[in-house]
Amino acid sequence: MAHPTVAVLERHLHLYRRLWRASVFSSFILPVLFLVSIGIGVGNYVGEIGGVTYLAWIVPGVMASTAFQMAVGESTYSVLGDFKWVRAYHAMRATPVGIRDMVAGWMLYVLLRVVIAAVVFLGVTGLFGALLSPWAVVTPLVAALVAVAAAAPVTAFAASIDNDSYFALLFRFVMIPSTLFAGVFFPVEELPGQIRPLAYLSPLWHGVELSRAATLGGAPPWPVAVHAGFLLLFAAAGLAWAVFAFRKRLQD
Amino acid sequence: MSKQPLQSLIHARGLVKRFGDFTAVDGIDLDVAPGEAFGFLGPNGAGKSSTMRMIGCVSMPTAGELRILGMDPVRDGSRIRARLGVCPQLDNLDPDLNVRENLTTYARYFGLSRAEARRRAEELLDFVQLRDRAASQVEPLSGGMKRRLTIARALVNEPELVLLDEPTTGLDPQARHLLWERLFRLKQQGTTLVLTTHYMDEAEQLCDRLVVMDGGRIAAEGSPRSLIETYSTPEVVELRFPDEADYAGKLEGIGRVDPLPDRILLYADDGDAAVAEVHRRGLTPSSVLVRRSSLEDVFLHLTGRTLVD
Ligand SMILES: Nc1ncnc2c1ncn2[C@@H]1O[C@H](COP(=O)(O)OP(=O)(O)OP(=O)(O)O)[C@@H](O)[C@H]1O
Ligand SMILES: [Mg+2]
Repeated sequence: MAHPTVAVLERHLHLYRRLWRASVFSSFILPVLFLVSIGIGVGNYVGEIGGVTYLAWIVPGVMASTAFQMAVGESTYSVLGDFKWVRAYHAMRATPVGIRDMVAGWMLYVLLRVVIAAVVFLGVTGLFGALLSPWAVVTPLVAALVAVAAAAPVTAFAASIDNDSYFALLFRFVMIPSTLFAGVFFPVEELPGQIRPLAYLSPLWHGVELSRAATLGGAPPWPVAVHAGFLLLFAAAGLAWAVFAFRKRLQD
Repeated sequence: MSKQPLQSLIHARGLVKRFGDFTAVDGIDLDVAPGEAFGFLGPNGAGKSSTMRMIGCVSMPTAGELRILGMDPVRDGSRIRARLGVCPQLDNLDPDLNVRENLTTYARYFGLSRAEARRRAEELLDFVQLRDRAASQVEPLSGGMKRRLTIARALVNEPELVLLDEPTTGLDPQARHLLWERLFRLKQQGTTLVLTTHYMDEAEQLCDRLVVMDGGRIAAEGSPRSLIETYSTPEVVELRFPDEADYAGKLEGIGRVDPLPDRILLYADDGDAAVAEVHRRGLTPSSVLVRRSSLEDVFLHLTGRTLVD
């Protein structure tokens, strides 16, 4: 018998089948174009960072930030819409599907999307010769961790609000700063000392450092367990919040 | 676990639902037996949907006792819902899935295998006559078609108990009769039906037993016939007069008189005799209609209001 979580995942995949063509550009082509233009174009001016080409240096960052942006982007309007306009979760509520199944099914869907994009990205950047260590194969796992750490709290946020204008705040004050100050394009050591702690709070920074250590074959700034632990903690807290937010929204 | 025959699929005592300070359901008692078709009749805001949602285990009772299929909705919600079919008052179909996918996706929520889900979907497409729209998106369907799809979806798990909140509101007469016929078939197969409606004819057609709800309370309970016998007379005379004079006073003594804005209802055991008496008193209504009493009259009597506003 199919687990209800799987049934929820299937529903999202079913819907994605209608949209996948549109998402190919943003999930697969855009990151690569971005990489080529920044990595090779800007790279000519920047030269090397930490003894590697700028392209090799930003590949892991772009991969983690693509995972982050996909996870956040997917978890905004889709989640709010399934409560507010489609009422898909209200429909599920009348079946044996539980709140945890709804959250888990959604997270699996986001994970699947992100991991597939990460694997494709890994393949393409491998062809560019931008992966310097065999440890690069673990980067999709890091992307997955980043995805849950980002998607879970954003999903919870989307399930808590009633108006999509809150998303503008989320993009402006959370998403963009955490992308800019997360060591994707330049090392966080170059940030002013007062801003640097913000980077440490961003799950993306931990993901970027783990990915970079993997593709360049070095050690991340903090112990791997601390980076990974932070991401796991963020993910766990986000999931708990999401379950709470779904339950609150569906009860009355 | 031995399966004992259940006396009540739905058992409620002193059931209360409050939203903040507002009491939507104000202490109702219910028992619905297996195989029964049970109706909630009542005006807007009576608390019908609030009650249905508690029965469907998606809304927690504020107070009172509630058992569904012999189980506790708080503890066994998921196990109960597995055996229910729910057609909510507002359709919540997936607009981006097609008609067939709406059925199969929903079937999967109940743990049906993919093959079984497809088989059920095909059966139900025929059952609600949506076969030729199977591959159509939901959005362009007419309101009546969406309603039929929602009802089909509620049946996908072959439920023992089907909850229908205003199943036919907004349907044209033809679609409504089709649905009645389908629901009647379900009932004959032994499915227990619980429905809410604003339509008297619907309640009379479908329900073995019904309650009239008003202001969160049950105002009356019984079979359609017994309610009419208790709260009305066998016949009703509808009189319209060309002017606004106080005709109600002049009708006194013939039977119970109910003046409505546009007409006067006169309750009588024998309608023709009552009309004869009206004429004998020298009154000249512009139109006279003698009809059998209906639940509408019961409702009017119990609540002082017409049902469909
Ligand atoms: N979630 C809610 N929060 C606050 N009040 C609610 C909520 N749901 C229902 N109510 C109120 O409870 C009362 C009963 O509503 P309910 O939907 O049960 O009525 P109903 O009999 O189904 O009416 P209708 O025929 O219009 O569908 C109404 O006054 C309504 O405003
Ligand atoms: Mg209602």
